[in-house]
Amino acid sequence: MPVIIVNQTFEPWSELQQQTQALSLRPGSYGASNIFLGTMRDFNEGDDVQAMTLEHYPGMTEKHLEAIIEEAKSQFDIDEALIIHRVGPIQPAETIVLTAVWSAHRKAAFDANRFLMEELKHRAPFWKQETLQNGSTRWVEKNTPG
Amino acid sequence: MSIQVRYFASLGDQLGRQEDQVQAEGPITVAEVWQQATDGLPMPPNILMAVNQEYAETDQTINDGDEVAFFPPVTGG
Repeated sequence: MPVIIVNQTFEPWSELQQQTQALSLRPGSYGASNIFLGTMRDFNEGDDVQAMTLEHYPGMTEKHLEAIIEEAKSQFDIDEALIIHRVGPIQPAETIVLTAVWSAHRKAAFDANRFLMEELKHRAPFWKQETLQNGSTRWVEKNTPG
Repeated sequence: MSIQVRYFASLGDQLGRQEDQVQAEGPITVAEVWQQATDGLPMPPNILMAVNQEYAETDQTINDGDEVAFFPPVTGG
């Protein structure tokens, strides 16, 4: 399953290793693996951030992430793609998102992984709510430019 | 017909609820669902909407049993 929504802390490298084995990738059949990790910062827009909660629209999220992977596969010459995304409460330094692409050559892997992240940012129904140092909360209103 | 309405993130906070049930006699658009569910509240300008979990526009017609969702711009990743 190339789309995974997780509601608890995950260690990206071991998760990547585990999920890679679950994909139908024949060792030796690909020459490029491109991995992107999005990690929670402890600052945003000039304020210290102590925690965050990620809300999502269950069902619509998976549907759109799967569609984004299908689009990437039709637009780029790639073998496989994976998206893992956190929801729920999250702490600074924890992984929010992992995207990975495998292809024969590096260009398709780089381009397709950028595509996955940009489309995810614009289409996947996730919302971030930050908790600041004083305990107050605020919704993140828009994405930062890529 | 009966329509399930859902609100997410800051919009849910502003409205003070995450869902509504709208009853309609005949064909109804997304904009009309919003009007009926929120008692005529002006729709915030940047709000996004989905019908059965696909992005939609305000003039899309709703069918019995559809799920309509309203939410602010997405901020995942």
